[in-house]
Amino acid sequence: MTYSVEIKQLDLAFGSVKVLQGLDLNINEGEFLVLLGSSGCGKSTLLNCIAGLLEITDGQIYIKGENVTWAEPSERGIGMVFQSYALYPQMTVKGNLSFGLKNAKVPKDEIEKRVARAAEILQIGPLLDRKPGALSGGQRQRVAIGRALVRDVDVFLFDEPLSNLDAKLRVDLRVELKRLHNQLENTMIYVTHDQIEAMTLADRIAIMKGGQIMQLASPDEIYNRPRNLYVADFIGSPSMNFIEGHLEGGNFKVDDMVLPMDGYEFVAPQTADRPATIGIRPEHVVTGELVRNTPLKFSVDIDLVEPMGSDTLVYAQLGRHPFRIRMDGQARVNVGETIEIGVDPSRASLFDKATEDRL
Amino acid sequence: MVDATVNAQSGPRGPKPKRVMSSTNIIIYGTLFVVCLYYLLPLYVMIVTSLKGMPEIRLGNIFGPPVEVTFEPWVKAWSEACTGINCEGLSRGFWNSVWILVPSVIISIAIASVNGYALANWRFKGSEVFFTILIFGAFIPYQVMIYPIVIILRESGEGITWFLRLFNEDASAFRLMGSLSGLVIVHTIFGMPILTLLFRNYFTSVPEELFKAARVDGAGFWGIYFRIMLPMSLPIFVVAMILQVTGIWNDFLFGVIYTKPETYPMTVQLNNIVNSVQGVKEYNVNMAATLLTGLVPLIIYFASGKLFVRGIAAGAVKG
Repeated sequence: MTYSVEIKQLDLAFGSVKVLQGLDLNINEGEFLVLLGSSGCGKSTLLNCIAGLLEITDGQIYIKGENVTWAEPSERGIGMVFQSYALYPQMTVKGNLSFGLKNAKVPKDEIEKRVARAAEILQIGPLLDRKPGALSGGQRQRVAIGRALVRDVDVFLFDEPLSNLDAKLRVDLRVELKRLHNQLENTMIYVTHDQIEAMTLADRIAIMKGGQIMQLASPDEIYNRPRNLYVADFIGSPSMNFIEGHLEGGNFKVDDMVLPMDGYEFVAPQTADRPATIGIRPEHVVTGELVRNTPLKFSVDIDLVEPMGSDTLVYAQLGRHPFRIRMDGQARVNVGETIEIGVDPSRASLFDKATEDRL
Repeated sequence: MVDATVNAQSGPRGPKPKRVMSSTNIIIYGTLFVVCLYYLLPLYVMIVTSLKGMPEIRLGNIFGPPVEVTFEPWVKAWSEACTGINCEGLSRGFWNSVWILVPSVIISIAIASVNGYALANWRFKGSEVFFTILIFGAFIPYQVMIYPIVIILRESGEGITWFLRLFNEDASAFRLMGSLSGLVIVHTIFGMPILTLLFRNYFTSVPEELFKAARVDGAGFWGIYFRIMLPMSLPIFVVAMILQVTGIWNDFLFGVIYTKPETYPMTVQLNNIVNSVQGVKEYNVNMAATLLTGLVPLIIYFASGKLFVRGIAAGAVKG
């Protein structure tokens, strides 16, 4: 089977600075792939390479099985949506939508038809004769999506399209984007630094760091089985609790505590003893009555309580390690109190202390 | 009455507005007034003198308004004043200047805007070096280049003649040195560094994503230039136009060196009228001639003042 987008051994260097190195990535037909990472990790750079806006140093890019490594952006069958919308300010919405089609010498009645269809899908019909300056942020972003839509492209590229919108609008457009993807069934590649956007939209997430892909997997896999310490720390808010200790004979030892790791799925069936780090998500900690049923029990001292309505975030001390716990919004706990918590080892993650890879 | 009490209770908020005649205002406007006077007085003297007859000028009170207003000096300056053997006034110089100005402004702005656009958006290998060299040109005093340019114009004129004679044995000699087209080339070249800098800075301030979007939409180098960049950059074009119009119109040095008496621009002719040492000094004609020469840049400034400020703010500040 051919992939929708196939990247082979991509290298990109600006002078002596290597931004992307030996990057391989295959994206399936109709897949929604999110490139996620903190700023400077190369995710937008990678997107620009796929779009053809950056000339790559080495490697190959295929779109729909065709080698487009040296093709012009307009010849690649891609449409792109930018963070700043990048609408042409002197043209009307209609002019913006039809600009690409006019460049491609599409006949006039066909342009009309496609603009009308895009306007209907994105509900921007009444705005067609307005200039971008007279539109709200959300409307502008819709027009920007429409500009990609009218060109009937195979692959949509999104470069942090929701980052300039206010919080409420961002959630609305996120839902709309997902609906749009279900409706169009195009391949979409989406760059963001927002992990909620990544988790909610993606079929697969590629977490990037320093120009390399740390993990490429489904949101569920990334959340539950992060491949290394970086991914584990990056995904989840509040982030995972890490405690350094030793893995000895299937037990995790820290200070004078021994945690039997029964039920934990090791990557390799026989894992030798070594210094290791255990990662426990704040939301996987159980409290109250439920503690009785969990294999691992601790008592922690509460330092700080942050009620957030839906949840209560508790900062506590486990021995001498700081430990975050996410409790129910109704939980009534006080600073200075000592409470019992329980942890299920099968939901924890173990990492090699030296290589930081999952054990 | 109820309303009145409510108003009295709530009253105006915020600090009390300052009086118009506060001491700060008096100092500021006083200074401005004096400065205005300082700059406008010579202009006033020029206008008044140009409207007087010679007998009245000889009376010597230069600030007095004309007793008898006459436009004869203006007519004389325009069409009768003598420079050397020709007595056509400034009119010929005016048309020479127009023929120099229009192509120089259009060509230099056209080239410089494309230069600036290419340097801002289509970075190529060595584009920074190219830009640095170009800007370096802005800092070399152009007096240094006068003689080399004389040679370049002469030789390239001969080169073109040789080329033309390849096709037509009888082609007349083509001259760049001493012709209007030669001067147009000189003005175009000397406008290049500063105009390119101006346009590059302006186009750099246009969001890069807009340029990327246009590329994804399939627009090429010229497509983006004409359909995206040009419509967005009217202010900077006005700035460039003003710079070039005033610079070229007021130019004296290149005009006197690279042309000959029949093709002297207005400034050179003005000089020749004002500085002629023979006969009576006709102050009224001189003043009228000077005002006539200064009129073109003045009109350009007044016509495009607002756009000029906008363009300067948009293009020139950002490095």
